[in-house]
This record gives sequence, C-alpha cells and structure tokens, in this order.
Amino acid sequence: MALIECGIIINLVMVAFAYTTWLERKVLGRMQRRFGPNRAGPFGLLQPIADLVKLIRKESFFPSAAHEIPYILAPILSTFTALAAFAVIPWGKGWTLHGYYIPGAVSSLPISLILIFALGSIGIYGYIVGGWASESKYSILGSMRTCAQLVSYEVSLALSVLGVVLMGQSLNLVDIVNKQQTTVWFFIPQFVGLCVFLLGGIAETSRPPFDLPEADTELVAGYHTEYSGMRWGLFQMAEYINMIVLSSLAVTLFFGGWHFPWVPSLDKFGPIWFCLKLAILVNAFIWLRASQPRLRYDQLMRFGWKILLPAATVNALVTALLVVWVK
Amino acid sequence: MAQVVPNTLKGFGVTLKQVFKKPLTQQYPEYKHPVYPRFRGRHRLHVHANGLEKCVGCSLCAAACPADCIRVVAAENTPENRVSAGERYARIYEINLSRCIFCGYCELACPFDAITLGNDFEISEYNRDDLIYDKEMLLKEPVKKVPVADRSLYDTPIPYYRSHS
Repeated sequence: MALIECGIIINLVMVAFAYTTWLERKVLGRMQRRFGPNRAGPFGLLQPIADLVKLIRKESFFPSAAHEIPYILAPILSTFTALAAFAVIPWGKGWTLHGYYIPGAVSSLPISLILIFALGSIGIYGYIVGGWASESKYSILGSMRTCAQLVSYEVSLALSVLGVVLMGQSLNLVDIVNKQQTTVWFFIPQFVGLCVFLLGGIAETSRPPFDLPEADTELVAGYHTEYSGMRWGLFQMAEYINMIVLSSLAVTLFFGGWHFPWVPSLDKFGPIWFCLKLAILVNAFIWLRASQPRLRYDQLMRFGWKILLPAATVNALVTALLVVWVK
Repeated sequence: MAQVVPNTLKGFGVTLKQVFKKPLTQQYPEYKHPVYPRFRGRHRLHVHANGLEKCVGCSLCAAACPADCIRVVAAENTPENRVSAGERYARIYEINLSRCIFCGYCELACPFDAITLGNDFEISEYNRDDLIYDKEMLLKEPVKKVPVADRSLYDTPIPYYRSHS
C-alpha cells in the first residue's frame, strides 16, 4: 500500500517539477512583458515534455578526465535526496477506502523533520562530488562556491524551524500540522522564523536572488559546467524539486499544512488545500526571481552569518523562553 | 539600511504591474513586421515595359560587390535573339546569397537600374546550393511576400532606383 502511494507521490512530484519549469518561464515572461513558451501545444503546455525529449536524446558529454562512477552518481544522488524528502511530508488527513487505510503521508516518522534536513545535507554531496568528479577548474570552483553557500545557510535554516518544533512539541510533521489546527497557524507567532526560513530556503535551493551557484548571467555554470543532456537535467530537476520540497515544508510548518482555515469539515479535501498553498509559495519564489537582483558573494555571506543566523538564534531562544514561561 | 525593505517591496510592485499589461513580443511567423521603404532584402532584376531586360551584362555590379557574390557572363544580342535593350545581355547572372552582405552597392553601381534590393528577407534554405539565385529566379516575382511599410509615412528621401522599381 505504501509502495503504491510512493509511486503516485513520486510521479506527481515529477509532473509538478515539469510544470513548475513551465510556470516559471510563463510567469517570468509575463513579468518581463514576453509571452514565455507558447509554441508547443496550447499555451506551450507541452513544452516540458518537449524539453524532456530533447534532454534525453541529447548526447551526454563526458569529459575524458572525469572520474566515471562519481560523475554519473552525483546527479542521481542529488535528485534522489530531493525526491525522498517527500516521503514524510503530510498532504492529507488519511482516508479509509474499501477497508484499506490510506495515510496522509507516505511515512509518519517521529523524527521526520530531522530526516528532511539530513536528506538536504546529503544532497549537497551531489554538488561536491559532481564538481570534483568533473576534473575541471570551473566545476570545482563552482562546487566550492555552492557548498560554502549551502552549508552557511543550512545553519540558519535549521535554527529557524526550532521555534516551530518548540511550539509544536514534536519533530513529527503530522503532529506539527495537527497542533496548528488546534491552536493557530505558526506563521503568526513564528513570523521571524518564517522570514528566516524562507530567506534561508531560497539560498538553500540556490534560487535567485541567491543563485550564486549558477549565476547564469555572470559566471560559468558552476558545479554542473561539465554536465549535459539528462545528467544536467537531473541536477536541474534536483534544484526545482528542492524548491518544491522547501515550499511544502514551509506550508507544513507555518501555514497549517493540508488544513483549511476555520472550517474543519473541509479538511477531507486536504491535498487540494495543500497544493493551493504550495502553488502560492512557488509563485512567490518565481515572483522573487523576476524582481530582485543577484547578491554579490560577500553580501551573500554577510547576510547569512550576520543577519539571518543571529535572527534565527534569538527567535529560537525567545520562543523557548516563552514556551517555558507560558507553561 | 532603513530603505532596504521599502525598496525591496517596490521592486516586487514593479514586476507585478507588468503581469497585467500586454506582452510586447511580436509573434513572428504569424505577424510580420512591415519592412521600411529603404530596406535591403533579396535582389530583383527588372525588365523594361516592352519585355526586354534592363541588364546589359556590364559586370559593374560584380565589380562593386565587396563580398564578391555576383557572377555575370555577358553575350552579344543578335537580331534573332534580342534579350536586353543594349548591345549585350547577361547570359549568366548569378548571386550567391550565402555570401551577400546586402550592402546595396550593386544597385548603386548599376547604370540602368536593372538590379535592386527588394523586400524579401525570408530566404533561408536547407541546402547551400539553393542559395545561389540564377537569372530566372531573380527576374521572377518573389514567392514569399513580406509586408512593406507605407512609403508616405517616412520623410527620408527614396532613391530613384528604388522609387521606380
């Protein structure tokens, strides 16, 4: 049963990834007064499929100096960790269908939040290994840049959810969602935490304006300089799926997950509300990309260590004190 | 520092405003923007009203051509085979459009306004050999027509060879 659910979730996430690229190009185009893709199918809806066919048919260039096995494994690792994070994200209440119980999340672990962060950290290995195995100076410089950024921002990202964990009294995402329904959605008491989480998350998924790992207009592509074809596509996929994971994590931790506000009877349509909230956040990410210029590298580091980290720490401490005091 | 937040929000406002405006992109194959009156597209050869070719095979266009893409081989007109209005005519007249830079020196050099640069710009081919246009192709009306802007809208002077061809 869980296996079937796994298959469905993974395929849904892949489709969501494909159409996030379409949505991004479309919205970005509109914000720059262009049309975006509009040739393949109505409204360019077949564009992701055309892109996929193109990427798969394209020759996967292989640098002669590259270390074969890590070179091939790196993009797979990145994509796997990005996809695996979806195993613990609750997207519904759980239903009983013909005597079978369908749980709202593929697996409800007592440490699911830690699992997501652990998977995110393993995903960084994909970038390190990918850059290193390519045996190219641009790749290794790019992967150093990427890792410095991701490691710096992971600290504040993990600290920013500490407040939520303290208020939810659990590391289990299902418990956190249910707690929000009985009390209040955590973005109100944890507003600072939400801001730090989103900013850190944007940097963590290397989305503009923190897209230093790629910086398409300024630098050579970064850790995936020597990749092409579907291997490059897998890195790209990991990046977009990370964005979706991060958005769904934000929905789960701060915006009540699959709950509908005020009307508990509507909770049985959980996945719809979840996707709706997710879509709003993903659109915000795209909007951010269209609006803000890229940070310089020293600005990025300064922002991460001198502003985000203290803010996250103070937020966690104050939340802890308040939680103890209220009790 | 205090300006950071309002300025950031202002940036969001700017992009959001654009969403509700019409995109500026011209959808090219469906909509073809009219070319200007002095646009230099693919060449045309012209004939007199009585059907005789204007070209007399003098090769001045070939001499003027900086890309060296015009090839003219002239032959004598005879009473039985009268092709042009002059003494000689162009037996072979070829333009290699893959070399042509569309500078228009050929039409300036031509003493009889026999060659002008037309309005056609959709001249891509799958085969390079197809880009060598011979005399018959240059004399024919172009198959693909592109819209031409109204000449009266522009106050730039139109050269004689353009306005009468």
